[in-house]
Amino acid sequence: MRHLFEKQIPLALVFIIGIIMTIQYFVPHPTSQNVYDTSLMWSRAISSMAYVMAIISFLRFHTKRLKNKNYAPYSLVAILSFTAMVLIGFIGGTAKDSLFQKIYENMMVPLQATTFSLLAFYMSSAAYRAFRIRGVEATVLMITAFIVIFGTTTIGNYVPKMNEIVEWIMAVPNLASKRGIIIGVGLGVVATSIKIILGIERNWVGG
Amino acid sequence: MILRVMLLFLFISPPKVFSPDGTGKKLTIVMNIPDTLRTQITTLNLLRECSDGKLDTLNILPFLKTYTDNELDYRKEYRYKILAYSNGNLIYESEWSEYARPTAKWFDKGKLPLFIVMMVFTIIMIFYIAQARANKPLYLRPIAGLEAVNEAIGRATEMGRPIIYINGLTGISDIATIAALNILSHVTKRAGQFETRIVVPCYDPVVYTIAREIVKEAYTTIGRPDLFNPDDVYFATDSQFGYAAHVAARMVREQSATNFFMGYYFAESLILSETGASTGAIQVAGTDSVAQLPFFVVTCDYTLIGEELYAASAYLSREPLLTGTIKAQDLAKLLLVIIMVLLSLLSLFNVNITLGLF
Repeated sequence: MRHLFEKQIPLALVFIIGIIMTIQYFVPHPTSQNVYDTSLMWSRAISSMAYVMAIISFLRFHTKRLKNKNYAPYSLVAILSFTAMVLIGFIGGTAKDSLFQKIYENMMVPLQATTFSLLAFYMSSAAYRAFRIRGVEATVLMITAFIVIFGTTTIGNYVPKMNEIVEWIMAVPNLASKRGIIIGVGLGVVATSIKIILGIERNWVGG
Repeated sequence: MILRVMLLFLFISPPKVFSPDGTGKKLTIVMNIPDTLRTQITTLNLLRECSDGKLDTLNILPFLKTYTDNELDYRKEYRYKILAYSNGNLIYESEWSEYARPTAKWFDKGKLPLFIVMMVFTIIMIFYIAQARANKPLYLRPIAGLEAVNEAIGRATEMGRPIIYINGLTGISDIATIAALNILSHVTKRAGQFETRIVVPCYDPVVYTIAREIVKEAYTTIGRPDLFNPDDVYFATDSQFGYAAHVAARMVREQSATNFFMGYYFAESLILSETGASTGAIQVAGTDSVAQLPFFVVTCDYTLIGEELYAASAYLSREPLLTGTIKAQDLAKLLLVIIMVLLSLLSLFNVNITLGLF
């Protein structure tokens, strides 16, 4: 019985819905669009249920960590912030000028921007590792990167033909390799979808 | 007075109305207003009359030459009239257009090439699956990143430290996430055999619920349900950089021995992988995000590039039915390369048939 509910029924549902949604993609008729819109509503409903489970997971994870003195301060901040935002949102609403929005704009946004700005330092250390000359490929990479970086700077604009060389690198070898990857990805996406619809790939139900 | 005289002269030329696609919800209106009047228009209205007699006024941008009316009913007919105003004065009024009905079609001809390619690819896949069913041996080229999965798990086992596994930052509707979850199942089974702890912080609530079940099922499959710890598969946050900060902090504090980055990533990819590299962890990444691939290549020990992410599940399981699909992918790629080379050669001789095909 467990096998039926945990394996057979999900696989059958995926097969039926997968075929319906594949056909739906090629049918522009309003009836087909209604099927698509309804499926989107269903997925939103399922997502909202998943959020409940996710919040329980979040609270349980941090509550347990309160017992560990190494993690307790961080988890306490997480729980307090979460509780405060929920209460402020419920009591004062989430309208444009609400306290909820003010906290979001003046705390969350700067915090996210700060983490994002760390990328500048990470890029420098990653670039150092990438440009160390270890072989032919690394040498080619370093020379190409140097040309592109130099060509996009102000000084690079004064070097004759530099802009054309940079444009050529970006538009020909760079774009060609990108397209090669994208074609492979496209086929991979279709193959994975077919495998899941046909029930060949069933790791998502535990194998 | 002058405006009124002008209006009498211009009380002609109804707008042209046609159905742009087969969705049965749209009508495109071509407004042939004389260019001399365009500069004077401050307000442009379209009067819409439905076959059931309902009248509506649509306020549109004055410079528009065509307008697509959405959310119509394909069972009704519509006609339109243009009303142009200059500072509140009517300067142009067209005649009513003919009644037009939004066309509802049962097949989108624009997607025919895609449909053909999909059918050909499906047939190739079914052929190779049949070959695999007949137990014909299929060769798979070695993929360094996947060969390294066992090594990476082994390292975590030797060091007695956890593995951190990330499913990417997109939802379950993204195939890259599904591919990442498939790999998670294999990695969990292998890690479970060595009793190595695997930690899965999740970004998306739906992905969290599925990842939790996958890890639980994987442990059950290898006969070790006792190894499942619900606190190791958890929802961290759905804030992009909040998530990056959380995972980076876990890597540093717990000194994870192995990090897996599978799925689709955005700007946080470098924060995650560079932090992992700084802790000395062995890192395996796999993504189809072309923009983030260079960051992973630089910071990780092994990177699955694009389609390798989708081949990983088959490669790791070595299940004949799954490996058959990889052979189909390779053949489809070969066919595409042949077609592209042929079309490129033809275009060199000014025989340009690509536009007719796609």
